[in-house]
Amino acid sequence: MSISRFLPDFAPIAPFSRLSESGILDSGSAPMSDAAVLEALRYMVLTRVFDDKATSLQRQGRFGTFSSVRGQEASVVGAATALDPKKDWIVPQYREFPALIRHGYPMENFALYFMGNPKGGTIPPDVNMLPMQISLAAQIPQATGLAWGLKMQGSDGVVITFFGDGASSEGDFHESLNLAGITKAPVIFFLQNNGWAISTPRESQTAARSFAERAIGYGVEGVIVDGNDLLAVHEVTTRAVAKARAGEGPTLIESVTYRTGAHNTADDPSRYIDQQELEKWQQKDPVLRIENYLRSKGIWNEQLAKEMHDSCAEQVDVAMNIARNTPLATSDAIFDHVYAEPPQRMLDQQADWAKRNGGAV
Amino acid sequence: MSEKTMIEAIRECLTQEMQVDNRVVVIGEDVGVLGGVFRATDGLQAKFGKERVVDMPLAEGVIVGSGIGLAISGLRPVIELQFLGFGHQAFHQIGQQVARLRYRSQGRHSLPLVIRSPFGGGVRTPELHSDAFEAFYTHTPGLKVVAPATAYDAKGLLAEAMASDDPVLFLEPLKGYRLTKDEVPDERYRVPLGKLRVAQVGTDVTLIAWSAAVNVAQRAADELAAQGISVEVLDLRSLNPLDIPGIKESVSKTGRVAILQEAPLTGGFGSELVATIQQECFYDLQCPMIRISAPDTPYPLGGVEDLYIPDVDRIVAEVGALARTSA
Repeated sequence: MSISRFLPDFAPIAPFSRLSESGILDSGSAPMSDAAVLEALRYMVLTRVFDDKATSLQRQGRFGTFSSVRGQEASVVGAATALDPKKDWIVPQYREFPALIRHGYPMENFALYFMGNPKGGTIPPDVNMLPMQISLAAQIPQATGLAWGLKMQGSDGVVITFFGDGASSEGDFHESLNLAGITKAPVIFFLQNNGWAISTPRESQTAARSFAERAIGYGVEGVIVDGNDLLAVHEVTTRAVAKARAGEGPTLIESVTYRTGAHNTADDPSRYIDQQELEKWQQKDPVLRIENYLRSKGIWNEQLAKEMHDSCAEQVDVAMNIARNTPLATSDAIFDHVYAEPPQRMLDQQADWAKRNGGAV
Repeated sequence: MSEKTMIEAIRECLTQEMQVDNRVVVIGEDVGVLGGVFRATDGLQAKFGKERVVDMPLAEGVIVGSGIGLAISGLRPVIELQFLGFGHQAFHQIGQQVARLRYRSQGRHSLPLVIRSPFGGGVRTPELHSDAFEAFYTHTPGLKVVAPATAYDAKGLLAEAMASDDPVLFLEPLKGYRLTKDEVPDERYRVPLGKLRVAQVGTDVTLIAWSAAVNVAQRAADELAAQGISVEVLDLRSLNPLDIPGIKESVSKTGRVAILQEAPLTGGFGSELVATIQQECFYDLQCPMIRISAPDTPYPLGGVEDLYIPDVDRIVAEVGALARTSA
């Protein structure tokens, strides 16, 4: 009898894609209607406008440290547009601005959160999401449990959780895939492989040739997709959502993309990033790619692009103004919502703080 | 009403609460067919099915982390951490996630979940099973910490914890599971969080304890009574919320305070009590307070644990000396 051996495969894998780098669709039929593509493109442009605005405000000291989505717009939007906000849940990391906005999280709350106001964390009662996660990978078990709980209660909602190549080194990622495999929880693990965990390259996270194939070890399906191809991301995510909804369990999607911006506004990528590689990826810009696709169909031009940009800029300005004009939180913002039934000791502290800071007692 | 051990009281509580609320699910390692390594969940899977009593993969992080998700989905999970010593494997989920999710979502997501875990020593466990790590969790705002000493309280406080919309760490004394036996009503009832129990009335010294140490404190108090020293034993029941008025009431009467804990000295919950009492009751105190604790060393192997945990003789000596300290 021979030894059963399971050897890693290092032959290159081509991520699933539908659009060429210049935006030409392959011979199959488009997975999204033109209207859906235009709507998705608007979220991508909105993101770029927001990121530019927030970065500029941050440089002026009027916005806190935050992480832009630059380079990953198709990856996030392609995934988000596969969801039904009425019944599906997003368990985010912190680099998924357009997904949260599409799901119903108010843009002014997003801005307030990054301006340091706890009220920004407010999730309206009908918006199915968890707060943004800063302790990376900690959200993945939560998404798994949420999906499992929905399934137990007979809901057909599914859960998508976002994280990166770096977070997939945490135990929480592995423990979660394992549990999701066992429970067949309707969860989509959306791993954005953007090449970097701050300054640590993807190669330092794993020796495996892909992140997607890690799923096999947990009895879960893995998929690898070109994350800069809106149509491809949308297609694989839609398929994973339908599969989860049908009770057929979780999927790990590796979306191969590239963080063409900094990790966050406090980061200096010039210390570690390879300029040539960056330029290579900048040429694969996901926004240009989908614009080229629409142009090839004769439904996109400079005028429409300008109109979309202007309308997004207006929307961002409105949200930023609401956030900026929101009065500074009082000391109650330190105490409110910590407990459903607060201990008296904390309530005494809250009163002391209010007295000292002139807040409402 | 009949005498029940603490483990029976806990099991009865889980059974009754699962019966009346089908949102309650129990998850943990070996909680199903085996009924838990201490049998707290014995028979629950047979009664309520594999969907509601789930044997989890051996991974504390995802046990607690997925419990958060279950709670958000509308269920009321009761999580068994097999030993608090293994809680460090889930510490990031408990400390940063469970305790803060309500605050981070500005009240959108309450977390009605209970983490039950045996802790403390005295039963010759293998290494790393017996630490009294409660102070890590009392230093975690957003998390309530409960530590019953009697079977009656175990049932009533667990029911209260399960009814709470706040997350509760429910600490169960390893040593008290079967040794502790007292009158427990057959019907459902609740004991409120944040109200201490005067385990023994006294006038000379206030001896504060929680969980398994309460029993040791009472035995020491009996011996001290024979020496003519009247000790009031307070059973805190819950560490957060803390019954500060109840402590003040006793200290204003006795003026002398000893705090008993199984945990190491430095940074233990006893230190918090000392600080609180000196602030709240300074002018009632007749002499410095004392802490009777384990030393500042890791929990040892079982062969020497009796030398590690404060025992009756040591308490009698130290509290006796305290009672004789002149004002």
